[in-house]
Amino acid sequence: MSASIEIRSAPHVASPRTVEKIMRHVVWSLLPICAFFVAQYGISALASIAVITGACLLTERVFVRTGTQAGSLNDYSAVITGLLLALTLPPGFPLWMGAVAGFVAIALGKALFGGIGFNVFNPALVGRAFVQAAFPTAIATYTPSFVAGRFSEFIPSSLAWPFMLPPDTATWLQSKHLDALAGATPLAKWKFDGVMAGAGELLTSLSGNMAVGPSPLLILLCGIYLAARRYMDWRIPAAILGSAGLTAWILFGLDPVRYPNPFFMLFSGGLILGAVYMATDMATSPVTPKGMWVYGALIGLLTVVIRYYSGLPEGVMYAILIANAASPLIERITQPTPFGKSAMAGMGRRRKGATYPLNPGYISREDASAVTPKKRFLPNKPHKAADKPVKKP
Amino acid sequence: MKLLSYFRGEAFQRGVHPPSCKLTAGNAIRRLPFPPRVTVPLSQHIGKPPRAVVQVGQEVVRGQPIARTQDWLSVPHHAPVTGVVEAIELRPSARGPWTQSIVIRAHSGASQEDLWGQPRDMAAASGDDILQAVWDAGMVGLGGAAFPTHAKLSVPKQAKVHTLVVNGCECEPYLTCDHRVMVEESDYLVRGIRYAMRVTGAVRTIIGIEDNKPDARTALEAAISRAGPIPEGDIHAELVPTKYPQGSEKMLIMALFGAEVPSGALPLSMGMVVNNVGTLAALGRLLPAGQGLTERVVTVTGPGVARPGDYRVALGTPLKFVLDYAGAPAVDSMTARQVILGGPMMGQAIASLDVPITKGVSGVLVFRHEDMAEREGRHTYPCIKCGECVESCPMGLNPSTLGMLAAKREYDLMGSDFHLGDCFECGCCTYVCPSNIPLVQQFRVAKQILREKAA
Repeated sequence: MSASIEIRSAPHVASPRTVEKIMRHVVWSLLPICAFFVAQYGISALASIAVITGACLLTERVFVRTGTQAGSLNDYSAVITGLLLALTLPPGFPLWMGAVAGFVAIALGKALFGGIGFNVFNPALVGRAFVQAAFPTAIATYTPSFVAGRFSEFIPSSLAWPFMLPPDTATWLQSKHLDALAGATPLAKWKFDGVMAGAGELLTSLSGNMAVGPSPLLILLCGIYLAARRYMDWRIPAAILGSAGLTAWILFGLDPVRYPNPFFMLFSGGLILGAVYMATDMATSPVTPKGMWVYGALIGLLTVVIRYYSGLPEGVMYAILIANAASPLIERITQPTPFGKSAMAGMGRRRKGATYPLNPGYISREDASAVTPKKRFLPNKPHKAADKPVKKP
Repeated sequence: MKLLSYFRGEAFQRGVHPPSCKLTAGNAIRRLPFPPRVTVPLSQHIGKPPRAVVQVGQEVVRGQPIARTQDWLSVPHHAPVTGVVEAIELRPSARGPWTQSIVIRAHSGASQEDLWGQPRDMAAASGDDILQAVWDAGMVGLGGAAFPTHAKLSVPKQAKVHTLVVNGCECEPYLTCDHRVMVEESDYLVRGIRYAMRVTGAVRTIIGIEDNKPDARTALEAAISRAGPIPEGDIHAELVPTKYPQGSEKMLIMALFGAEVPSGALPLSMGMVVNNVGTLAALGRLLPAGQGLTERVVTVTGPGVARPGDYRVALGTPLKFVLDYAGAPAVDSMTARQVILGGPMMGQAIASLDVPITKGVSGVLVFRHEDMAEREGRHTYPCIKCGECVESCPMGLNPSTLGMLAAKREYDLMGSDFHLGDCFECGCCTYVCPSNIPLVQQFRVAKQILREKAA
């Protein structure tokens, strides 16, 4: 007999979507954003992306090799962590600090919990939170974008020796004839100086020498691509932006002088990047659709609260980390209702577009005077009255 | 795209769209020759197996009852070929264990007509008469579950049925036997529907057909108008959106009526009885002739089959014979990887080609090595909590959490807090899982363990 046929349990077919494919698509969608980041800040940004991603991959490799974590390098998840981490750090962030951030992101954020799928917190944000605490000055030092000669010359702080303080950026800026204030992010300018950037500048990040990450518009476009291909859940960014916008709009309505307009709130800082790429990290967000809405709403609310009422200009990172911690709880209270267990099951809670009424109210057997012969079955005797059509009323 | 379906209002929530691969949808049903030997397992369905009423060496004619039963949840069997009973012994079955089977050697010269059974006057038959006749015909659900049809059609005293739902969805990829039956045997189907309406007391019938089979609907509407006004009530043929698992009776009721059948309850609780098109078409053919079920339509297909098609196969025909006729070079050259009875989503892989076609076999699929290569090369990752399974589970369960609990053997918790009992093993979660986690396989084990604990 055919010795080669195998027994396997159904289903015998599988959808072509794999973990590698999902992660690869996320990486592809991040590439235009990285390219824009490099265009903004030149060679320093490129080095920063390369070093941080390299550090993440190297760390992942060590932990996969030593067998303490599941998965492999091929799954691209460490690449995503590295790219995202690089995009959230200032372009002139000293490279050695970036390497530390990458190492911490994978080691503490991911490997410690058991690798892909087991991490509680978004690894990139764990890395960023660590360097924010460890190197508070360096992480707050943004440089202006589109500086002349950015492709031939490093931002001096990038090349700081390990464990040495980076050189002062202000003197370098002066040599470039740029205002020192240009090195503050729009959020910091608003928070500490009360200066607000314009809408178009914020959206595209193109005009002026603003010290910001890549354009929110570009990130949104890449996010829409991912959501359309269903490599990312659209509910989470929608919930975050909706809740942040709503909260900011209410506060703006209460006191327009003290609070910025909701548009500024949405498109400044890392909110868009966080909403589209960080909060949607699959392992750290709830699996239930309802839970995704709650989770996103929580992030949006916390972001606005942290930005307005804390000492930090930026709040997205901590908002997401807090929501990550809350996500198992959110999941527990938002379990889906099984089919047939909702309160209206069996009662005919009618779905829109259903074709037929649940009960055929228009006809009954008696109304139709349907003939139902009552006598017992006689197999041999042919009967004359063959199925006579009976008119319905 | 979930976002679109959200606004469009789909047939039922969630579900998946596997590639349909209906290779044989345009081909007419052909008859498979009778094999030299048939093997009729006594146990082909739930309930106590019937008792053989023939002896070894006895001559039987096609259609003659060879096994009878008194058990309500069991049905008699009829000789699929004219020939001699060669043995009554243990033979391999698709489920694995060897079961008691009747082996009949066909007379090579016999014409293999149905020689048993007397025509019945169906016009005069009451519901009870028809029910008895259905039982005598040995009918079981031909959709795959093989539940005895008379038990499904009989309505308890206290219940009232107003609607007969006829399931012509055939949502499983590859299978086309129900499709062809709807197109070619629509008159039999309408007749069978009338008998079923008389048994159940239903006043309307709705035939649910997936919208990838518009020709089936055209054929049925023609047959309905040919039948003219019928005393039993109305018959409608309705298209429903193509989606797996539309063929599950609760999903079909959702698509047609927009109502949820309560968990743990049968459609009967809503005044409905659901039957498969193949079953009712067979009723329409067999009951007036007074014959028993001796053959069925089987889709023989898959990338490993040379001449895929829908074949009318005598029950008990060995699989090897079917595949030899349809041409499966992969099986001959021992490069076939998997042979599946049923569809690819819920069908059963078999270990031996000696097993016979039984009443519940709707399809035979052959996959080669190269068809499985991609699937086999896949790495199994831990759950990345992407939520795909939650968005595909038609029953609204949380397969992600269930899978993690199964890995920890928390079977009781799965049953009590995460509604494992509602899972009907459609396999959507496993189909979509990007981490390649065998979710539904784990749930089957868990359900079995819970059943054993309860017993």
